[in-house]
Amino acid sequence: MKLLFNFLIFPGILFSAVVGLLASWVDRKVTARLQWRVGPPWYQNFADIVKLWGKETIVPEGAKWTFLLAPYLGFLSLALVATILGRALIWPQESFGADIIVVLYLLTIPAVSLIIGAASSRNPLASVGASREMKLVLSYELPFILSIIAVVIKSGGAIRLGEILNYQAVFNSNIASLSGALAFIVAIFCALGRLGLGPFEISEAEQEIMGGVLIEYSGIGLAIFKLNKALLFYVMPVFLTVLFLGKDLSPISIVLKFVMILVIFILVKNTNPRLRIDQAMKFFWIYMTIPAILAVALAIFGL
Amino acid sequence: MNFKLKALTKSLWVFHVSNGSCNNCDIEILDCITPRFDIERFGMQLVGSVRHADVLLIAGAMNRKAVPRMKKIYQQAPKPCLVVACGICACSQHMFRDSYNVTEPLDKILPVDVYIPGCPPKPEAIIAGIVKAIKKVRKAK
Repeated sequence: MKLLFNFLIFPGILFSAVVGLLASWVDRKVTARLQWRVGPPWYQNFADIVKLWGKETIVPEGAKWTFLLAPYLGFLSLALVATILGRALIWPQESFGADIIVVLYLLTIPAVSLIIGAASSRNPLASVGASREMKLVLSYELPFILSIIAVVIKSGGAIRLGEILNYQAVFNSNIASLSGALAFIVAIFCALGRLGLGPFEISEAEQEIMGGVLIEYSGIGLAIFKLNKALLFYVMPVFLTVLFLGKDLSPISIVLKFVMILVIFILVKNTNPRLRIDQAMKFFWIYMTIPAILAVALAIFGL
Repeated sequence: MNFKLKALTKSLWVFHVSNGSCNNCDIEILDCITPRFDIERFGMQLVGSVRHADVLLIAGAMNRKAVPRMKKIYQQAPKPCLVVACGICACSQHMFRDSYNVTEPLDKILPVDVYIPGCPPKPEAIIAGIVKAIKKVRKAK
């Protein structure tokens, strides 16, 4: 019963969706201010979701049944990640063994659901978007996992979120060490790639492939994909907080850290033009993987 | 349903269709998203795909080739969907009225909700037209 409450309401679906939609409003508002505009009101993303709920859903001719199912796949896995992370933050002792690996697997599923949905819509532009998304997943996954391995080695081989938090509470935040700081920088960029923000919005480039993976979606399917994005906006900063900034876990400091990571995301997004897919792969495989390996090596030496 | 229509008026996503316009209206439409006018204040966005559209903002006198494509685009847009004729060409064919290539006006083919005259209409006029469309949706509910 308590678990169900956790999944559906407090750290789970409802709470994380509301916080995520507000976070994506912060993104839009700050972007607008940086471009010298006024920007949308705070309820804008909620209005978008409700509006999409009331629209007609069109299924393109010849689309597979996965077309309608794909958004829910990503949504459910992200809700589960939000629940696990929220529970680990509130009750660090109660988290189950090896949940960091579960979180890693579940975080890949939204991208996979985008690929499935786009590939089953039979639109050429959507398949271009799907192939770009696939390459992006392949490129950011390796440095992200390496940076997490650095954290795991740093906290004495713990693969439980609760143990990592305990380690940081006893000693110091992971970011305070050299290897942690390196891994944090790598993880920020990988999180940007996962969010599809800023320089890495290659798969749904509005100006060149017209929304890419989302081109055929309308109505509820599009609403769920927008919600997925909002949930990622909540999940990624919280995950980075747990991994790197887990020293002080009072509610105010968690909110401050959340906003800090969000601001880093938004600033990187607004100051960098979109990369080509080959540039993005080169960026992740060379300029991000080498620092990540360095971070792992430093962590082994205990730095 | 009322709630959803209210949300529709708060976040209109605009798909910009140019069926043989001279680029004059198109530039004025792009002016609406610049800092001076900033229609994102009202939740309006220019979207890239017809499937995401709430408003079809149509510019240009429709020529013979564009007629079937226009019909197709209207069918591809998910309903409820507003159709706004932007510029005097889309409203009444303007100087192309007697052209061999321009056969029928836009409102004979699609149910046009709002007309925005002008050659080109100012960004203020486009925003005023969208406000009229919002008022029409409000009245309908």
